Amino acid sequence: MSDVIEELVNREYAYGFHSDIATDVAPKGLSEDVVRLISAKKNEPEWLLEWRLGAYEHFLTLEEPQWQNVTRPPIDYQDMHYWAAPKPKGPALKSLDEVDPEIRATFDKLGISLAEQERLSGVAVDAIIDSVSVATTFKAALAEAGVIFCSFSDAVQEHPDLVRAYLGTVVPYRDNFFAALNSAVFSDGSFAFGPAGTRCPMELSTYFRINAAQTGQFERTLIVAEEGASVSYLEGCTAPMRDENQLHAAVVELVALDDSSIKYSTVQNWYPGDADGVGGIYNFVTKRGRAGARAKISWTQVETGSAITWKYPSVILQGDDSIGEFYSVAVTTNRQQADTGTKMIHIGKNTTSTIVSKGISAGHAQQTYRGLVKVLRSATGARNHTQCDSLLLGSECGAHTFPYIEVKNDTAQVEHEASTSKVSDDQLFYCRQRGLTEEDATAMIVNGFCREVFDELPMEYAVEAQALMRLSLEGAVG
Amino acid sequence: MLHIENLTATVADKTVLRGVDLDIGAGEVHAIMGPNGAGKSTLSNVLAGREGYTTTGVVTLDGIDLLALAPEERAGAGLFLAFQYPTEIPGVGNMYFLRTALNSVRRAQGLDEIAAVDFLGLAKEHMARLDMDPAFLSRSVNEGFSGGEKKRNEVLQMSLLEPRLAILDEIDSGLDIDAMRIVASGVENLRSPERSMLIITHYPQLLDFVRPDYVHVLRNGRIERTGGHELVRELEAEGFGPATVPVP
Repeated sequence: MSDVIEELVNREYAYGFHSDIATDVAPKGLSEDVVRLISAKKNEPEWLLEWRLGAYEHFLTLEEPQWQNVTRPPIDYQDMHYWAAPKPKGPALKSLDEVDPEIRATFDKLGISLAEQERLSGVAVDAIIDSVSVATTFKAALAEAGVIFCSFSDAVQEHPDLVRAYLGTVVPYRDNFFAALNSAVFSDGSFAFGPAGTRCPMELSTYFRINAAQTGQFERTLIVAEEGASVSYLEGCTAPMRDENQLHAAVVELVALDDSSIKYSTVQNWYPGDADGVGGIYNFVTKRGRAGARAKISWTQVETGSAITWKYPSVILQGDDSIGEFYSVAVTTNRQQADTGTKMIHIGKNTTSTIVSKGISAGHAQQTYRGLVKVLRSATGARNHTQCDSLLLGSECGAHTFPYIEVKNDTAQVEHEASTSKVSDDQLFYCRQRGLTEEDATAMIVNGFCREVFDELPMEYAVEAQALMRLSLEGAVG
Repeated sequence: MLHIENLTATVADKTVLRGVDLDIGAGEVHAIMGPNGAGKSTLSNVLAGREGYTTTGVVTLDGIDLLALAPEERAGAGLFLAFQYPTEIPGVGNMYFLRTALNSVRRAQGLDEIAAVDFLGLAKEHMARLDMDPAFLSRSVNEGFSGGEKKRNEVLQMSLLEPRLAILDEIDSGLDIDAMRIVASGVENLRSPERSMLIITHYPQLLDFVRPDYVHVLRNGRIERTGGHELVRELEAEGFGPATVPVP
C-alpha cells in the first residue's frame, strides 16, 4: 500500500511540455484599455464591448470571495496577461491543412488529431490554445445537420443575434467575482447551437491548452439546445509544467429549452503543480445550465488536474418535469486542493435531480464536496438523490463534505447518502493473491469506485478517462 | 511439491506459528484441523504472502523459495488461496476481475493472454460445472453475494486459474449442508495428479465429501499429530483434547 502511495505522490505530469509558438500578448495587468484591446483584437460589435465594459465596471466593485475550503497565496490580478494568442503566420486560414505545423504538432502530442480524415470516433473538435481557437473540425458535416459548432469568436462574427440572445442569460456578469472578470476579458471558447428538433450527429468537443507563460485563460462557452434538440459536448484541458500558478476562470452557460437535452462532459487535466505544491493551475470556473420543461441537463466531470479546483456545475430546473444530473470524479494527489460539487435549484413542478460525487484523495491532498439542493416553494413534487463517496489513499489526505439542503415545499423528497472509505488491505491482498500487481490492484479498485460516473461518459471517452485515472495514480511499479 | 520446514510466524509481537513442518506431494490432498487460535489462518496467510507477519524457516513450492516472493509472484508460481472471507470490490465486474486474474497468472507463466470473447465461453463452461448462474459474471466482485455464492465464486476462480497448489481456508464456514455439498464437489472435481491441496477446516463434515490423503492437527503453532482419514473420526469423537501449555 505505502509503495503505491509513494508512487502516487511522485507521479509525473505527462502533458507538461511547452511548445515554441510565436505568441502575441497584451501587456500585463487589467484595465479598461485591456478590455477594449481584447474586444478590438476580436473585431467585436459595439454591444459586446459595452457588455464587457459593464462587467469590468461591476468587477471593480467586488472583492475576491474567500469562503472556499482551500489555502493559497493571494492572486495579483495586475501581474498576469489577459490576452495571449498564437501569432498568425500569414493571412486567415482557408482550411485545417494550413494550421501552423507547430500547433498541429502540439495537438498531435496531446493525442488530439486536427485532421478530419482521421475520423476514428466521429468527434468534432474545437482546439483552443491560450486565448484563441485554432481549429474546429467537421464544421461542414455539422452544418448539414443544422448544428452550429464553432469558436465563440466566430459565433460573434457569424451568428451575432444568437450570441446576443443567450449570452449572460444563465450566468450574468453580476453573478460572482470570477464571472464578472471572465465577462470583461473572456477571449475565446466554444459555441454550439442545436436548432429545434435536431439530434446532433456526433460528439462535440473542445480541447483547451494553456501554452503561454504568466497568462490567464478566460474562456466562455455557450451551448444552446432549442426545443427538442439534443447535444453532447466534451471538453479536455492540459497545460505546461511551470512553477508559477496560472489562473483559469471560465464561464460555461447551457441553455436547454423545452424537451431538449444537453450532456456536458469534462475531462480536466490541467497541470496540478509539483509534489511540493509549487505551480499549477487555479481552476475557478462558473458552470450553469437552465432547463426548460421536460428538458434534461447532465454534467459529468472527471477532474484529475489543477492545483486548486473550485467549481460547482449547476442546473436551474426551471421548467416542469425537468431533470438535472451531476456525476463527478475528482482525484487530488500531492498538494492538490479541490472544493467542488454542484447546485440543483428546483423551481418547476416534478423536477428531478441526481448527484453522484466520487472523491479520491492521496498524498497531502484536501478535497471538499460542497453541494446545494434548493427546492423552491413552486417546486411541488421535486425529488433529489445525492450520493457522495470519498476514497482515501494514505493517511495524510483529507475529505470533507458540506451538503446544503434548503426545502421550501413539503412535497419534496430529498435524500443524501455519504460514505468515506479506504482501499483496504483486504482488497489489495485479495487482488494480489489472484496475480495482480499492487498497482494494477489499486487502479482496478479505484476504477470500480468511480464506475457509476464513468458509465455516464460518452463511450469514446470512458476508456480515456480510465486510462487517465490510471496515469494519475501511477508512477512506476514499486 | 510444497515443502515447509520449521516455519515460524510472528504478528504484532505474538508468535503464532512455532515451527511448522509439512510436506505435500504432487496430487496429494492434506487437511489441517485444529482449535480456534491454533494458527490455521495464519498459516494460509503466510503461505500466500500477506503483509504484517515476520517469518523464519523455509517454504518452497516446486523448489522455488516462496517466502522471497510478493503475493502476486506466488500466485504466478501456481499458489492459490480460497479465502475464508472473500472481500467485496464494488464497481469491478466479476468477469473483468476473473479475466484480469487469469491473464495476470498466465503472463507470469509465459502463456498468451485470453481475449474477452474467448474468456466468456471458458468462464461459462466452468460455471456450468459449479451450477452457477452466468449472471454472476455481470455483478461486482463478491458484492451482495450470499455466503454460499462467495464460496462458489472462490471455487470458480480456483477452477479457472488451475493452480499447482490450492489452499482452501475454511471453505465450508457459514455454509448449509446443500451449499457445502456443491462447493465440496466442485473442489473434488479439481483433484488431479498435477495439483495438490491443503484444506483448512474446523469441521469434519467437509472431509467426508473431499477425502484427504493426510490429516494434520495444528495446535499451539505446530503440527501436533498426523494421520489418515481415521483421525477425523477420532477428533470428532474426542475433540482436540485438553489444551497444553505452549513451550516458550
